[in-house]
Amino acid sequence: MKTDTIAAIATAMSDSGIGIIRISGDEAIQIADKVYRNRKLQKALTKYESHTIHYGFVVKEDESVLDEVMVSIMKKPKSYTMEDTVEINCHGGVLMMKEILMTVIRAGARIAEPGEFTKRAFLNGRIDLTKAEAVMDIIHAKNEFALSSSVKQLKGSVSDKIRGLREDILYEIAFIESALDDPEHISLDGYQERLSDKTDSVLKELDHLLDSADDGRMLKEGINTVIVGKPNAGKSSLLNRLIGEERAIVTDVAGTTRDTLEETISFGGITLNMIDTAGIRDTEDIVEKIGVEKAKKISEDADLILYVVDSSVALDESDREIIKMIHGKNVIILLNKSDLNEIVSENDIYRMMEDIGNQIDTKESYHDAKIIKTSTKEENGIDALTELIKEMFFHGKVSYNDEVYITNMRHKEAIMDARQSMLQVRKSLEMNMPEDFYSIDLMSAYASLGVIIGEEVGEDLVNEIFSKFCMGK
Amino acid sequence: MPEIREKVDVCVVGAGHAGCEAALACARLGLETVIFTVSVDSIAMMPCNPNIGGTSKGHLVREIDALGGEMGKNIDKTFIQSKMLNQSKGPAVHSLRAQADKAEYSRSMRKVLENQEHLTVKQSEVCDLLTEEYNASSADSDIATKRIIGVRTFTGAVYECKAVILCTGTYLKARCLCGEAITYTGPNGLQPANHLTDSLLSLGVEMRRFKTGTPARMDKRSIDFSKMEEQFGDEKVVPFSFSTNPEDVQIDQVSCWLTYTNGKTHDIIRANLDRSPIYAGIIEGTGPRYCPSIEDKVVKFADKERHQVFIEPEGLHTNEMYVGGMSSSLPEDVQLAMYRTVPGLEHCKIVRNAYAIEYDCINPRQLYPSLEFKDIKGLFSGGQFNGSSGYEEAAAQGLIAGINAALSIQGKEPVILDRSQAYIGVLIDDLVTKENFEPYRMMTSRAEYRLLLRRDNADLRLRKIGYEAGLVSRKLYEATVRKKKLIDQEIERLKNTVIGAAKENQQFLTAHNSAALKTGTNLAELMCRPELSYELLAEIDPKREPLPEDVIEQVEIEIKYEGYIERQLRQVEQYKKMEKKLIPADLDYNAVSSLRLEARQKLIAYKPISVGQASRISGVSPADISVLLVYLEHYNRSR
Repeated sequence: MKTDTIAAIATAMSDSGIGIIRISGDEAIQIADKVYRNRKLQKALTKYESHTIHYGFVVKEDESVLDEVMVSIMKKPKSYTMEDTVEINCHGGVLMMKEILMTVIRAGARIAEPGEFTKRAFLNGRIDLTKAEAVMDIIHAKNEFALSSSVKQLKGSVSDKIRGLREDILYEIAFIESALDDPEHISLDGYQERLSDKTDSVLKELDHLLDSADDGRMLKEGINTVIVGKPNAGKSSLLNRLIGEERAIVTDVAGTTRDTLEETISFGGITLNMIDTAGIRDTEDIVEKIGVEKAKKISEDADLILYVVDSSVALDESDREIIKMIHGKNVIILLNKSDLNEIVSENDIYRMMEDIGNQIDTKESYHDAKIIKTSTKEENGIDALTELIKEMFFHGKVSYNDEVYITNMRHKEAIMDARQSMLQVRKSLEMNMPEDFYSIDLMSAYASLGVIIGEEVGEDLVNEIFSKFCMGK
Repeated sequence: MPEIREKVDVCVVGAGHAGCEAALACARLGLETVIFTVSVDSIAMMPCNPNIGGTSKGHLVREIDALGGEMGKNIDKTFIQSKMLNQSKGPAVHSLRAQADKAEYSRSMRKVLENQEHLTVKQSEVCDLLTEEYNASSADSDIATKRIIGVRTFTGAVYECKAVILCTGTYLKARCLCGEAITYTGPNGLQPANHLTDSLLSLGVEMRRFKTGTPARMDKRSIDFSKMEEQFGDEKVVPFSFSTNPEDVQIDQVSCWLTYTNGKTHDIIRANLDRSPIYAGIIEGTGPRYCPSIEDKVVKFADKERHQVFIEPEGLHTNEMYVGGMSSSLPEDVQLAMYRTVPGLEHCKIVRNAYAIEYDCINPRQLYPSLEFKDIKGLFSGGQFNGSSGYEEAAAQGLIAGINAALSIQGKEPVILDRSQAYIGVLIDDLVTKENFEPYRMMTSRAEYRLLLRRDNADLRLRKIGYEAGLVSRKLYEATVRKKKLIDQEIERLKNTVIGAAKENQQFLTAHNSAALKTGTNLAELMCRPELSYELLAEIDPKREPLPEDVIEQVEIEIKYEGYIERQLRQVEQYKKMEKKLIPADLDYNAVSSLRLEARQKLIAYKPISVGQASRISGVSPADISVLLVYLEHYNRSR
């Protein structure tokens, strides 16, 4: 059962020296007590005074030691959230932080929603009134990001599997419910056996999913990076330079790349999913048009956009289109073909951005856009580009990695919940409970899995009942 | 021109199942009430199926009864067959359904109305709602701009009043369709109400059009029952009402009959689909999915070889039989041909044709959960007018609208049942919060806390609320309090009665195929075993005092399903937290810039009363709720 105690990793998700797992809520101390042992490997946390820090270990359920830690206790109301708070300072490896957080979750906390510590701090009166607007913006922004990234980062095969499981579960609930609602039309005779088989197969699938969540196989790896630009600006050449092989078709004819190409490259511990797109220009060619639409769509979901500009050709309407498109995104602009006669300067780009920025009335802006000069032909500026990406990454500009890990843990928590519910179904079956008891836990499993793919329950059940079963007078 | 002017407290428009409950509630709470109907002979008429109750609907009837309504008592007086459905399943889905003698049901309810103090029955069509400008005092956050001051009838009579309850059923601009034949009448050929819609529109009420349908009625003498399966009532009948003496309902029951459609039936339907007003596009209204016409069933479930058909008597003093499962709007000739393919109906004679009916109703999101219009103070509504369907759903809303109209006049807080308290709460919350695109029917699957919302404990859940509202007598309420005490004491006693591993105990367990004890336990623990029951355990429970049957039933359920019930109780606790966070009605959502646009628009349209209600509106995400919580905190602190 979920309690109102929340936990999250409070430091950046990089392999830094120290990482902090923060736990906050009524049961923070009891939950931390389940996973913390002192230097003699004994439970001791509940005896400690507020605002003290202690050396010890985090242990798993079988008492095996996970990590050497320092734990600090802050009793309410003297903490950031004004609730009982425990912070576990551990060794900052990403894997270790994840492992400890999951142990804390299994001990009874739940993963904090984006912005939830701040929200609690505010609701409990810790943050003053003037900051309300800012708090709401944080919650809004973080949730928007989490919402969009949660589904986007899921591997296609995984989300298909979860959809499949949900469909199966919903069918069973709808069957039970329609029989309960219309017992004279639909009979549940012999149903337990069928449900028992189904429950076992769902549980097996969930175990598989948990395994793959453990080693991160549920998620796509890498920062989704999209290369955009006008035809023949040198997008494909850039991709090839980064990959180091002739992958995309490169010619001097504008509009050669008619679809999108995808490559994964790694450097300096960062993985990029490079997506090359068809050049953007007003086109009549049907095949190319589809490619252009796709490029626009992909750019919307990208974590990072590389905008390649041919600096030997003057800016035109197509560039305006692109600049409009990349508004408010993480973007690096490459003034390419610096080996040729430079017609377009950095200032030209900035001016166009300012012009368009004034027309678009939103909070976002271009102030994060970086411009570098490159020549894919002579390999100038490629190093500068990779350095820049690394810098953006390590300075948290591209917060991809943190979010991925958190998303992954959220998914895992949801699968654990679903599994728990299915185990309860099995228990009800074993105890030979009446059928109406099964659907209660099936529904919980259905809802938990929905969290992963960002789908709420809503009217699903009623719709399923009416579409699959013939009911009524 | 001289005109009639009368002064009353409440006007109820419509005397169907909603109107009757609403009017009785108001009159019983001491308010001078007039109930208007286009035909006094159609009070509490059942224009469709001849049953009261059924899955989840039976729960509604029990809840109505626990709150002090009339439906349960009336069906107990007039039923001719009764059945407890889902008896092999869990106690939460046991559901009572009774066949009514339709004419008797109507007559009996009319008698109750006619003999109710403070209540006047009036045959007249209400055409206009009279209102005045309304400025709420700044103390409350009322957003109404108008207030009800009376109604005007077709003949020009004016009734001044403080509240109006609209229960117009399917009568507003009604139109009946039987194939190509269209008549502009209400159900059963009754006079429609053609004027009120315009009055509502001019008050800014958002209207919509729904449809429903009913099957043919047949002459009993033309049916060959030997080709059908006979369906009997239960041997021991259980009453609907908590106030009915169980001995009074052990009557001689009539039978229903089961038969099936077949390939020939379906062929005829398919060949004539172009003559069905729905498939030909003549019907504009949205119909209910759970009450599909036989045309719909054949089209949507093409692979089903047969559909069930229930032949049910409409009463003791009529030969009319209801053909359940075969409602239709096909033309008369197709209907007859189609019905005559069904075994036992080969020579059937149709008394009344099947037909579809279209009518005006409202989008219920314009209502508070009290069933009062947000914009018009003193205007309440219930039943099909609110976009629901079914006699029981109507009666439940009528009762709540009636209670709240009365409480509002008396200057008291409204009765709002939440989703964890009653099916009625689920029904009304769904109506006023969710987007309903078809007539809404209650279903057990809509109640997320249904283990707690059982038919057997409706009195324990709701008697107190009925008593506090003034509809339930002190005597009845105290009986419920005593019952509760007996239940608690007995559960306590069972939990504290230790059963050791003594020889006679082990023998008892072995005799009932139950595992032997290794250590001592208590009676409650033993009762949790599927193979043991309260009754069986009497053998090893010598100190047991005799208890009433309904107390034992509660004790048994609460102990046997304790784990499940506790889990639901914990969920309810979480749910209630959000329900308790109220939103001022005049909150300016446009000032909350961090809400997503869609959420902001929905919140403005629905004006939810609590954060809980807001969270159930489609298009409002958990993040929006977080933002809303922060804003509310800000709003409250800065006041």
